[in-house]
Amino acid sequence: MPDNSETPKQQHKRRTVLKAGGAAAIAGIAAAHSVTEASAATQAQDAALAADTEASAVPIVLTVNGQARQLRVEPRVTLLDALRERLDLTGTKKGCDRGECGACTVLVDGRRIKSCLTLAVMRQDCAITTVEGLAKGDDLHPVQAAFIRHDAFQCGGCTSGQIMSAVAVIDEGHTGSTDEIREWMSGNICRCAAYPNIVAAVQDAAKEKRP
Amino acid sequence: MSKSAPVRTPTDLTSSVAGGIGASPQRPDGNLKVRGEFAYASDLWHEDMIWGATLRSPHPYARIRSIDITEALKVPGVYAVLTHSDVPGKNLYGLEHPDQPVLAVDVVRYQGEPVALVGADHPETARRAMERIAVDYEVLEPVVDMEDAAHGRGTPLHPGGNLVRHVPIRHGDQQVTAEVVVTGEYEVGMQDQAFLGPESGLAVPGEDGGIDLYVATQWLHVDQKQVAQALGLPLDKVRLTLSGVGGAFGGREDLSMQVHASLLALHTGKPVKMVYNRLESFYGHVHRHPAKLYYEHGADRDGRLVYVKCRIYLDGGAYASSTPAVVANAATLGVGPYDVPNATVDCWGVYTNNPPCGAMRGFGAVQAGFAYESQMDKLAAAVGLDPVEVRIRNAMHEGSLMPTGQVVDSAAPVAELLRRVKDKPLPPVNRTEPVDIREMPGGASNTTHGEGVVRGIGYAVGIKNVCFSEGYDDFSTARVRVQVIGGELSALAHTAACEVGQGLVTIMQQIVRTELGVERVTIAPMDTTIGNGGSTSASRQTYVTGGAVRSACQTVRGRLFELAARKLGVDAVGLSLHGGKLVSDLHGVLADLVDVLGDDVVDETVEWRHRATESLDPVTGQGNAHVQYGFAAHRAVVDVDVELGLVKVVELDCAQDVGKALNPEAVLGQIQGGSAQGLGLAVMEEIQTSGGKIRNPSFTDYLIPTVLDMPPMSIDVLELADPHAPYGIRGVGEPPTISSTPAIVAAIRAATGLALTRAPVRPEHITGT
Amino acid sequence: MDFLIPSTFAEALAIKAERPEVVPIAGGTDVMVELNFDHRRPTALLDLTRIAELTEWAPSENLLRVGAGVPYVRIIDELGDRLPGLAMASRTVGSPQIRNRGTVGGNLGAASPAGDTHPVLLACDAQVEVASVRGTRMIPAAEFYLGVKRNALEPDELIAAVHLAPAAAPQQFSKVGTRNAMVIAVCSFAVALHPEQGRVGAAVGSAAPTPRRALAAEEFLAGELSDAGLWESPKPLLDSVRRRFGELAAEAASPIDDVRGTAAYRRHALAVLARRTLGWAWQDYCGTGETRSQSCA
Repeated sequence: MPDNSETPKQQHKRRTVLKAGGAAAIAGIAAAHSVTEASAATQAQDAALAADTEASAVPIVLTVNGQARQLRVEPRVTLLDALRERLDLTGTKKGCDRGECGACTVLVDGRRIKSCLTLAVMRQDCAITTVEGLAKGDDLHPVQAAFIRHDAFQCGGCTSGQIMSAVAVIDEGHTGSTDEIREWMSGNICRCAAYPNIVAAVQDAAKEKRP
Repeated sequence: MSKSAPVRTPTDLTSSVAGGIGASPQRPDGNLKVRGEFAYASDLWHEDMIWGATLRSPHPYARIRSIDITEALKVPGVYAVLTHSDVPGKNLYGLEHPDQPVLAVDVVRYQGEPVALVGADHPETARRAMERIAVDYEVLEPVVDMEDAAHGRGTPLHPGGNLVRHVPIRHGDQQVTAEVVVTGEYEVGMQDQAFLGPESGLAVPGEDGGIDLYVATQWLHVDQKQVAQALGLPLDKVRLTLSGVGGAFGGREDLSMQVHASLLALHTGKPVKMVYNRLESFYGHVHRHPAKLYYEHGADRDGRLVYVKCRIYLDGGAYASSTPAVVANAATLGVGPYDVPNATVDCWGVYTNNPPCGAMRGFGAVQAGFAYESQMDKLAAAVGLDPVEVRIRNAMHEGSLMPTGQVVDSAAPVAELLRRVKDKPLPPVNRTEPVDIREMPGGASNTTHGEGVVRGIGYAVGIKNVCFSEGYDDFSTARVRVQVIGGELSALAHTAACEVGQGLVTIMQQIVRTELGVERVTIAPMDTTIGNGGSTSASRQTYVTGGAVRSACQTVRGRLFELAARKLGVDAVGLSLHGGKLVSDLHGVLADLVDVLGDDVVDETVEWRHRATESLDPVTGQGNAHVQYGFAAHRAVVDVDVELGLVKVVELDCAQDVGKALNPEAVLGQIQGGSAQGLGLAVMEEIQTSGGKIRNPSFTDYLIPTVLDMPPMSIDVLELADPHAPYGIRGVGEPPTISSTPAIVAAIRAATGLALTRAPVRPEHITGT
Repeated sequence: MDFLIPSTFAEALAIKAERPEVVPIAGGTDVMVELNFDHRRPTALLDLTRIAELTEWAPSENLLRVGAGVPYVRIIDELGDRLPGLAMASRTVGSPQIRNRGTVGGNLGAASPAGDTHPVLLACDAQVEVASVRGTRMIPAAEFYLGVKRNALEPDELIAAVHLAPAAAPQQFSKVGTRNAMVIAVCSFAVALHPEQGRVGAAVGSAAPTPRRALAAEEFLAGELSDAGLWESPKPLLDSVRRRFGELAAEAASPIDDVRGTAAYRRHALAVLARRTLGWAWQDYCGTGETRSQSCA
């Protein structure tokens, strides 16, 4: 290697290494949002984790359902685990750990992704929406209301993911026909097989425009 | 009492939308579920809790020479490492035979058998500690052949040998012959329940030395009994509360993490959470028994059955679980919903070193159903009859005799169900140009634009027993309380019967509304502070717990009438309740119940049992073993790409008798769900094993139907009341799983002309490669 | 584990030069499964998602340069007309959620024999642009795949882009799976017509340790087409030609028996897929030819 590679090396050391004590890269993001305290539950859990994970944990900020939330995570923590175990948002479900069931679907900057297949540290400057972020107080999101109206679930284990996918499918404009809905909802498995009612609920909700 | 309660414990379900029986009110848990707020077992959290993890055997069969936990204990953050010697009570449990160790002692009998437990501050710590547990195994040759196991060949895996149960049935003339004989050998693969929420729960140590266990299960009291025995605790020190259940389908009837988390909690004095991931879940619960079935049907030239002879083998894997009951089902339902004057049935359930198998929707009737319905198609071909016609000629009806000698004493509309699915309009053949590849086998994967695609139509009908059988004391307990809260008449219903998604909580509210005329009905969390509710299995909860709730309501109503009689000075006879008002036959409306009750609370607990059944004669298999029979029929329309062996199920219509649809929407949901699981078994779902090891323990390679695999269904629901059952209902959840698989496979046979004797049908079977 | 977040490609390359053991991650759809099940414990991950230049596509000379970080959904939506084969393959990847995240660069990086886009890249003569602090080089797709989950990248290199010619003639992709959605290929096949070169590109997927060109099939067909002058005056292909093409395509595979299918089935299915996809592509080609001659008349 020639000596002139020194400059980029120094750059990445200064700016891009996100690890314990090296939080500079994300401090700017944190400052951009109002920050709410993580819940007491999360803090207690953090303490329990501290002994083992302190060495490589990094402070990050996730913007979830419109709130910036500070937390410390090991880089290997998935967005799903960060939501469920650290931010106390257990509405997003874990079904397979490999992107094959869809139960963990969330919206990131309006696009649906499987939160088991992304790291929390990769989603810091994104707007994350989980199922808990859909309703406005007592007012359910039209998709949530349609799922109840159409009895679009039994056990409910897939429902959070189905609903998040449905919100995205409607935004994506893939609700022109039941065939289209079925194709674009095919990343979410329902073992109770409430599929006919799910399709009906999506079709119904697509007719409503949220004010 | 426990030290404190966890975060997100199950709460009263207070959401109550009007609707008595026969209506389809919204679920009381619906709002919580769509908001992501329903407290599933995996969502529990407790201050100061630690995490449990299970070290499992990598070998299907091995002797354990030694277990060394020294290094694991040194990992910082580890609170406990436990082995069999730490089990304070009986280190054996099981639904029917206690034959399964809580933690393996000197031998492991299946891949994934629990050997040691770790409790640590973090799942990651527990994982690291598990890597440091040194288990010295002497690997042994696994027993994997179910027929060998049934007939005493191979190493005995348990003290009594490898036969778990043999049920023979001898009905009619055993020497009879027939003009037309068709024979067949069939196989059914191992299916997984694949519920979406893996096993999980939280054990909280109590100040009294007991344990509070929050868990997703199908049967709280049978868990309680087994946990108490393993912990060496009296029953009242093991308290269970049902947490949200992410699907069950039979796979949660056996214990998974219940004893393990409790052991860790008692040892560490800390709340312990255990959550399996999907990989561990494949090893953490029993599956549907794979089966080999040998059938011979004898008939006259008109296709009327003269006899059925069959031998059925069910591989129970390493431990008994519910194998004995599954064997009885496969045997007693082994000839299907037909009038069979003479039958010779033998069914064996065995131990092997394959994954343990037990309850799954359909429970023994699925395997037999695939074989006897395949045989009926063969018979139809042999006598030159339409497959529906040959079934109708032999269809059982009310008054028919089962091979067990039991008279079918309520509606058995088998012929009607078949006619209904046959008479439904057929879907058009999609051959418009250009083709929409989504309508083709292979779908968006673009494997055909119509080339090689052949349509096939198949029919099947099935029979399933409802409720527990063979003399089992099958009952449920319900408590109903009525009082005035905030000036409004309110009822509370409390049972230990597990809501697993099927909608029991909705049904309970509907029954209370209908029986007491009270609109506001709260469902208390399901727990062991009340008596046994029995299992959420055998399609039994609406029947048995529904019956118990109705009975409790009737008792409450009697108490209300007594109260009214005393307070109002009227005769308790001739009173009734309508819309919150007390009504007399003679005098019309007497008073608002709110006023009659005042500050009084009426609270009654009732144990309710269905009519008794009998055990089977061990030699002849005769006996009134079952409570009720349920029936469903399917017509499957498939498009098969015969060159590639890919199948698209185009339509899957169903007709089922449900006695009385207490909640018509929920009934349809059960029929769709059961049919989908049958579709999975027909064309994609199988746990593949090799030498006792699971080859596909993931959702990448264990495929379950997506929305694109599930076709539209036209469903006819018949309501022919069973006079012996509450409201005339007939269990709904299982029958559609039984007939769905053989109907689809029959349709594939019709398209391909192939024999197809194995489910699931793989592309290799169709292409001969 | 360190998590490294370069904001430019140059920075990423510098990191990779210094720490070749870092594992790049973009969509995460492959890497995350390995992390979740502890199949892999990298000392560091290199997050490529913040590098804007990787998520761009643009014409580059006669080709299209598709950044390694362009997700499948954009290939389908934005490039479906120009890269139909790649779009068809992208449409079969995982689920809508996966297609929002997964990238061709990730498919190449993982180099799984079952990756859906590989046969298309081979059939279309794609070039993989790889870079390091030492510079940039182009690797033909046919030389990129070295073994099961092994590719031709040097330890200090990252995948920058793939270069493909906009389709001048029909392309087809076909994949066998035993479910109608979210399924890994049992086997797959891609065909691309290159009339300007007088040849056809063909490749098999999920049927050998690496995705492979079906060279014998390509050569056979090139000969048949030019001998009969079919490029210039297209006519329907003889059934015998399509069948022979299918057989030769299947012979390119060296499949195994596994949980998803048998070797024999894979060979059989590849012959069918090759025969059918060639038929569809050629039929389209004939169709376009007729339209052209009619409009010329």
